[in-house]
Amino acid sequence: MRELMWRLRGANNEGLLVAVILIVVVAMSLASPAFFTANTFFALVRSSMVPLIFALGVLLVMISGGIDVSFPAIAIFAAYTTVKWSMDASFDPGLVVIFVVAMVVGGLLGLLNGVVIARFRLPTLIVTLGTQTIYKGILLTYVGSVYISASDLPASITGADVHLVDIAGGGYLHFMIIPVLLVALLIAWMLKYTVFGRSIFAIGGDTEAARRVGIKVVRTQVWLYVLVGALAAFGGIIYVVLGKNANPQSLVGTELDIIAAVVLGGASIFGGRGSVMGTVLGVVLVQLINNNLVLVGIPSTWQRAAVGLLLIFGVTVQALGAMRARRRPVALAKEVSA
Amino acid sequence: MAQVAQPVLEVRDIVKTYGGVHALNGVSLSLLPGEVHCLAGENGSGKSTLIKIISGVEKPDSGKISISDQERTHLTPSEAIVSGVQVIYQDFSLFPNLSAAENIAMLSELAERRKLSSRTRIREVARRIVEDLGLSIDLDADVATLSVADRQLIAICRALVGEAKVLIMDEPTTALTHTEVDRLFIIVRRLQERGVAVMFVSHKLDEVLQISQRLTVLRNGEVIESGVASDYTGRSIAKAMTGREVNDARLVDAVPEDAPVLLKVSELTREGGFDRVSFELRSGEILGITGLLGSGRSEIAEAIFGINPAQSGTIAVDGEVHRIGSIRDAVKAGIGYVPEDRLTQGLFLDQSIADNMVAASLDSYRSRTGLLDRGRIRTSIAELFARLRIAAPNVAAMVRSLSGGNAQRVVLAKWLDRRPHILILNGPTVGVDIGSKEEILAILREQAAEGIGVIVISDDIPELVSSCHRILIVHEGRVVSELIGDEIDAEKIQLRMAA
Repeated sequence: MRELMWRLRGANNEGLLVAVILIVVVAMSLASPAFFTANTFFALVRSSMVPLIFALGVLLVMISGGIDVSFPAIAIFAAYTTVKWSMDASFDPGLVVIFVVAMVVGGLLGLLNGVVIARFRLPTLIVTLGTQTIYKGILLTYVGSVYISASDLPASITGADVHLVDIAGGGYLHFMIIPVLLVALLIAWMLKYTVFGRSIFAIGGDTEAARRVGIKVVRTQVWLYVLVGALAAFGGIIYVVLGKNANPQSLVGTELDIIAAVVLGGASIFGGRGSVMGTVLGVVLVQLINNNLVLVGIPSTWQRAAVGLLLIFGVTVQALGAMRARRRPVALAKEVSA
Repeated sequence: MAQVAQPVLEVRDIVKTYGGVHALNGVSLSLLPGEVHCLAGENGSGKSTLIKIISGVEKPDSGKISISDQERTHLTPSEAIVSGVQVIYQDFSLFPNLSAAENIAMLSELAERRKLSSRTRIREVARRIVEDLGLSIDLDADVATLSVADRQLIAICRALVGEAKVLIMDEPTTALTHTEVDRLFIIVRRLQERGVAVMFVSHKLDEVLQISQRLTVLRNGEVIESGVASDYTGRSIAKAMTGREVNDARLVDAVPEDAPVLLKVSELTREGGFDRVSFELRSGEILGITGLLGSGRSEIAEAIFGINPAQSGTIAVDGEVHRIGSIRDAVKAGIGYVPEDRLTQGLFLDQSIADNMVAASLDSYRSRTGLLDRGRIRTSIAELFARLRIAAPNVAAMVRSLSGGNAQRVVLAKWLDRRPHILILNGPTVGVDIGSKEEILAILREQAAEGIGVIVISDDIPELVSSCHRILIVHEGRVVSELIGDEIDAEKIQLRMAA
């Protein structure tokens, strides 16, 4: 029975998270008849897409033992710059090229993060707090500060409004869900089945030990931040596609929702633990709360507080788990000796 | 060895300074294939620095390192690994968040410059080496959940996965029981037959003599002695390490018959830990409690100090029965405890010596207004600093900057400042070099002579023999044997521990 409970909980509390999501869904359904509908579901999926991409980046950094808060700045920097370039040049290179260009820009900004963090062994939170404001400042000063509306966007972006499913009442499933899910699967695969992925876990587990077994810590970290930068840019373009506008003032300020989702998803803030599955669930839970508090009659002003509570709840669950893990070996040693 | 074998590894005139202090000052050393070469020296003698340089973690200021005739001025960790140098660090350097199998296979995966990681291959690699060495380890368990002995075995397995030519073991036996040490030595001899050069770093002299063919002693960053191991005795090595004569005879006289009983433990039981343990501790007595790892020796101490309280039985201090259900209760009853892992459990590493000394007794320095009495604190600190002869520039020095022996003194000072009637020490000299060890034991003897009761939990037999008035031997949670006064001798203890 205990064994089964452990199994259901999952390595990173994924099971617990599923249970919490189910409880929230049941509670909201009881509170509001408008909640349990296909429309709500599709809205949830739609609003989770961009946060999920960001969360995957945050997950990677967190597994490696850091915290990244610069991803929204990188995302909007890369997306806005790419769109503006296309607009200024009056040249629409197509959606795929827009993605590629933005991801190169994002990768370069990530490279800067990575070099500073890995080369000088600086705390990631402080470095990315710094670069976040730097990137945003550069964007507004040199690239542009003007809102770009749908009519000015390249046609390949406005034309990407393809729905896989349309239902009565206006709900729909955007086709961007396909690349988003593919990226999530790719990251999950990378974490599990590549030496690069396992090295990220190793560095998060014990950086000094990683150095000693011959992992090139600096190189791995730099590549990690390049990847995370590119991921942020990918999310940025999806954000523009879904919103059909490019606003240089947007995104920055949404870090907390994403970090809360990743922590809720079981990634350890101390590094070395985390899963894509957990992160997906964490994002869903945060979006569920964010989207639907109003629906069940809680004023929207409570949203921020709710996310804050979720973050602290997530960290608490982790801390309790860590305490349990510390106690376990003693019990095991006794069993052996008996 | 009839003909002179070519050394597989040679370092020449290595110099390394940290902030103006010579950690290594012109050290030269060679390792022959198939030999066990012991590197002995006290803490701070430069052993660890030398290992770090050979393994490429640190860069020497000058000197040469040649491995299989390839000469370099320094190495990177991966160059060292590719050249066949493997190190088993004292802290094992494992990844607590990864499985045992992955920890074992990580090195070879990286060395083979693989891009993809396959669970089946990793498991196969790990299984092969574990079977090869005749071990049993749960390969799927996270290392964080495994015991210290298992972690050590994993570290050994990891080092042996690749084709190691040189294996450096940094104090590999610290956490092992006698049977495990014997098993380790069998493995080491098997490696020797395969032509691996083993560098064995230790300060347990009996082990050094048992396993090694050659011996190099470092002191203050210089090679003091180097030669064939059979030319040395435990005493001569100790002398080379410390630079003075070391005495291992019994150093305590009998406790007076009329000394009052300070602690009386009756029928103490905790399920899965220990069973019906009874003993007395008298004023001025040093009582040794020993047994194999996992015998319950630590659990008994933790129960008396209220960390994991006993489920039944009584603990009487000064003739009065106390219910000890928490650490607070134990402290109130006048019991002090110096934990096993002194570095993580006993000290604030980034705080000064002074702050550490009074950390456990601040309550007693409260003046009538409720504020701390700075003057009295200062006096206490100065007194303890002098009494324990801590080697540091002043009491403001950070504990992190101290050597193991001095750090241990600070822990002792902290507990002595609470003026306990009973002081329990768990492995007081684990990881401490001979010189400091002697001094720590001397301090304990002094404290006992002043009337406190001391319990030492240890499996270091020489220290038990030299400093305990009485020894209890624990086996599978029960006290199986008691040795008093002149009955105490190393062989008896060893035999009864294994029981």
